[in-house]
Amino acid sequence: MGRAVRARFKPGDRVLVKMEDRPGHIRTPWYVRGKRGWIERVYGEFRNPESLAYGGDGLPKRPLYLVGFEQSQVWDKYEAAKDKLFIDIYEHWLEPA
Amino acid sequence: MSDTHDESQEHGHDHPRHELGYYARRIYAIRDLLLEKKVITTKDIQEQIDYQEQRSPANGARIVARAWADPAFKARLIADPKAACAELGIDATSLNEFVVLENTEKVRHMVVCTLCSCYPRPILGRPPDWYKSLNYRSRAVNDPRGVMREFGQAVGPNVEVRVHDSTADIRYLVLPLRPRGTEGMSEAQLARLVTRDSMIGVVDALPAGAASA
Repeated sequence: MGRAVRARFKPGDRVLVKMEDRPGHIRTPWYVRGKRGWIERVYGEFRNPESLAYGGDGLPKRPLYLVGFEQSQVWDKYEAAKDKLFIDIYEHWLEPA
Repeated sequence: MSDTHDESQEHGHDHPRHELGYYARRIYAIRDLLLEKKVITTKDIQEQIDYQEQRSPANGARIVARAWADPAFKARLIADPKAACAELGIDATSLNEFVVLENTEKVRHMVVCTLCSCYPRPILGRPPDWYKSLNYRSRAVNDPRGVMREFGQAVGPNVEVRVHDSTADIRYLVLPLRPRGTEGMSEAQLARLVTRDSMIGVVDALPAGAASA
C-alpha cells in the first residue's frame, strides 16, 4: 500500500457494481452485481486475475478497491440494520452511482 | 490392491479395504509422471510438504498475543501487517496484501471467500474444511449472525457485524478482542486463548480460564 495508483475512485465515492454476466475467472461475486456501495479503501494496482487464470500476463494492472455495502441493501430479508459487507472489487467492475 | 489371503478369516475380524478413490489415484499418477519426466524431485515434494506443515494457526496466535500485550506493536500490525509479522520471524511476504481487522466491543469482523478458499495461509496454515464448504461460503455473507450462533457465539443486536469476502488479492486476519481477566498474563499464556476460528472471526478468543487448562 502507499503506492501511487491511477484510481478512478476515492474513498467515500458511491459506486454501482456492474450487472454483467460472462464466463471466465471473474472475482466479482454474483450476489453483489447490480448492488450499490461505497469505496472504503483503495488497495493499489494488481494484475488482472481474469487474464492470469488463463496464462495471460494480467496486464495492464487494475486498481483494486475495498467496497462496502449495507447488508440490508444486498439481501432482501437482512434484519440487523447496521451490519456491513466488504468485498475486494477491481475497477473495471465498478461505475459511479 | 489384491488380497493374496483372506484377512478376515485369519484374524477373525474385518479389515477396511484400502482402495484409493478416483482423485487419489489420479494425483499419484500425476506425481509419478512428474517424477519420471524429472519435472520435480521427491526432495521438492518433501520440502513443499514441510513448508505447508510449518505454517499453522500458532503463527497467528503469536501475532495476536503480541498485539494484545504491546499496544505499540498492535499499531504497527494494523499499519503494516507484513512488517509486523517479520518482527516475529513470520514470513508473510508471499501474500500480495495482508490486512488486519481489529474487533472492538462494537464491531465484529468475519472472513470468508465466497468464490473459493482464499485464506492467509502463511499466518493460519491451511484452511479448515468447513471454510471451503458451500454452506459456510454462502451463509457467511447472507446470515453471518446465524453462522456465529452455530459456532457458539451469539452477537448482540448493538454490535455491528462486518463480513469480509476476500475475493481478490487481499488476505485478512481478524484480531479478536482480548478476553476479560487476562491482565498480567504472559504472551505465551495469551496465545493459548487465540484459536484459529477466532482469527477467522466466527467466534471470540477463549475465556481467560482456558490459559491454564
